[in-house]
Amino acid sequence: MTAVAELKDVTKAYGDKIVVNTVNLQIREGEILALLGPNGSGKSTILKMLAFIENPTGGEVKFQGSAVNFKNTEKERMQSTLVFQKTTVFGTSVYNNIAYGLKIRKIPKETRDREVKKALELVKLKGFEKRNAIKLSGGEQQRVAIARALVLNTKLLLLDEPTANLDPKNAGIIEEVMDTVNRENKTTIVMATHNMFQAKKLPHRIALMDEGKITEIGEPAEVFGKLSKNLARFAAVDNTYTGTAIATSSGTSKVDVGNGVQIEITQQRKGATAVFINPQDIILSKTAVESSARNVFKGKITEITDVDSLVKLKVDVGRTFVIQITKQSFNEMKLCLNAEVFITFKASSVQVL
Amino acid sequence: MADILADTAEALQLIITGDPEILGIVSRSLLFSGTAVILAILWGTPLAMLIAMNEFRGKTLIKTFLNTLIGLPTVVLGLILFLIFSKGGPLGFLGLLYTPAAIMLGQAVLITPILVSIGVSAIESVDPEIMSLSRTLGASESQAQVAVLKEAASGIVLSDLASFNRAIGELGVVLLVGGNIGGGGNRTDVITTAISRNVQISEFGLAIALGILLVLILFTINMIVAVLRKANYIVELAKPPFSRFKRNRETKQ
Repeated sequence: MTAVAELKDVTKAYGDKIVVNTVNLQIREGEILALLGPNGSGKSTILKMLAFIENPTGGEVKFQGSAVNFKNTEKERMQSTLVFQKTTVFGTSVYNNIAYGLKIRKIPKETRDREVKKALELVKLKGFEKRNAIKLSGGEQQRVAIARALVLNTKLLLLDEPTANLDPKNAGIIEEVMDTVNRENKTTIVMATHNMFQAKKLPHRIALMDEGKITEIGEPAEVFGKLSKNLARFAAVDNTYTGTAIATSSGTSKVDVGNGVQIEITQQRKGATAVFINPQDIILSKTAVESSARNVFKGKITEITDVDSLVKLKVDVGRTFVIQITKQSFNEMKLCLNAEVFITFKASSVQVL
Repeated sequence: MADILADTAEALQLIITGDPEILGIVSRSLLFSGTAVILAILWGTPLAMLIAMNEFRGKTLIKTFLNTLIGLPTVVLGLILFLIFSKGGPLGFLGLLYTPAAIMLGQAVLITPILVSIGVSAIESVDPEIMSLSRTLGASESQAQVAVLKEAASGIVLSDLASFNRAIGELGVVLLVGGNIGGGGNRTDVITTAISRNVQISEFGLAIALGILLVLILFTINMIVAVLRKANYIVELAKPPFSRFKRNRETKQ
């Protein structure tokens, strides 16, 4: 398999701070590669270097076989585009946003119109051409940003946390689009994510990143299968915990993740185990609910963030859990900071990494 | 009191009947100040881009200096320009003193600090990611700069209108370098200087008429700004400190 791009001993430092440390990485033609790691592990910087908008401090970047001269990357930038983590739109219509790169490429108007329409349909924003991009919701803006990158039909599509801070509906649309363009247009995609769940679903390969280095690379099953000590560092990722598992008499296991929190899982495990619970799989209640769910913890709300139609909460039960609920539920439950709540999830919702 | 009323009545009559003397003066004012704004845009916009888009030592110093220049008494600037344009001055050989060209140049110099200062804050208020975004969509450096400028367009329009406001209501510079010539083929009198002259020769009706028209022009420009603002075309630029304080307080609650 040929490589679309290649990083050879690439280092990037800002002053004394090394953010990417001698990274070697091949991006294979037609693959979806996920860079998975906590915030500040160097994922975004690698994407920016692959987009040729940030130059490496050391090492070499190759694109389609030849070394890139970072003094002038205009030619390469035409073939690789990045969708930023922080959604940025031009203060104009959705059409003008999406057509921007096509205009730069001097694509005739009829083709432009057609391509914009097609891209909007793909991100499920049909008929949004004349809308003011700034007035759209966060999720819609992110979809405009993705459509704006898609119309360019570049060799390499780079996505920085494409679904972070999006509600499941918008996130689902974006994941579907990524899958479609990868299968149908054979677009090579590199995405950065700190969402374990997403990293398991879409990509052909995963590169684990930590402190500016790639610590593990391979197919998702392979990477998740290897429970290296690096993976344990993923405690920085939402709802991922490591601890020691002990088998219970009922055939399940309990993972002691510290501070008195024991998470019950359906598998029988012993020793070091890492687990992940999807924020959407956790039920939040003001009183303890009687249910079949094996994991119930009492705690306090420590953080509340608005995300489109959803509210993201952090609940400290000894360990901090991230929970997503709808804005409607949030309002109906009259929740506030420091409120005492219960969190409940099934043993089968716990994914063993 | 009766005199004032009579003069005001005369002024209104002059305006309503479209007195050619008044029309001449007003159109000269509009033409001179309009040209001055265009001149200032030509050199002021690139200067604003240069200051706003680059990080360099002394940037704050330059910005503070520009803000100081905004408050410079126009008579002082007029004097400096007079000395430059006068026969013995560095630009004396051009013979510009007491010509329309001197007025336009003088006004352009006068409004440059306002234009650049507001322009810089407009450009600086643009999301810094716009530059990277344009580049990753394939734009060259200069195309990316144009994209930033487009994002700042509303603020830049505001700076142009504010500059025109300042230019048309200006007296000191115009008087000193224009000479307030009220006759012949190369007249240099404009609304402000004509008011001053007519007051001196007790032609109060004409002076009042010009005064009313000047206020009307300023009002119209401010109306345009207000309407554009309401239509969300002009975003709020430098927010006054108290509104920032209010916002902080709201979030704390």
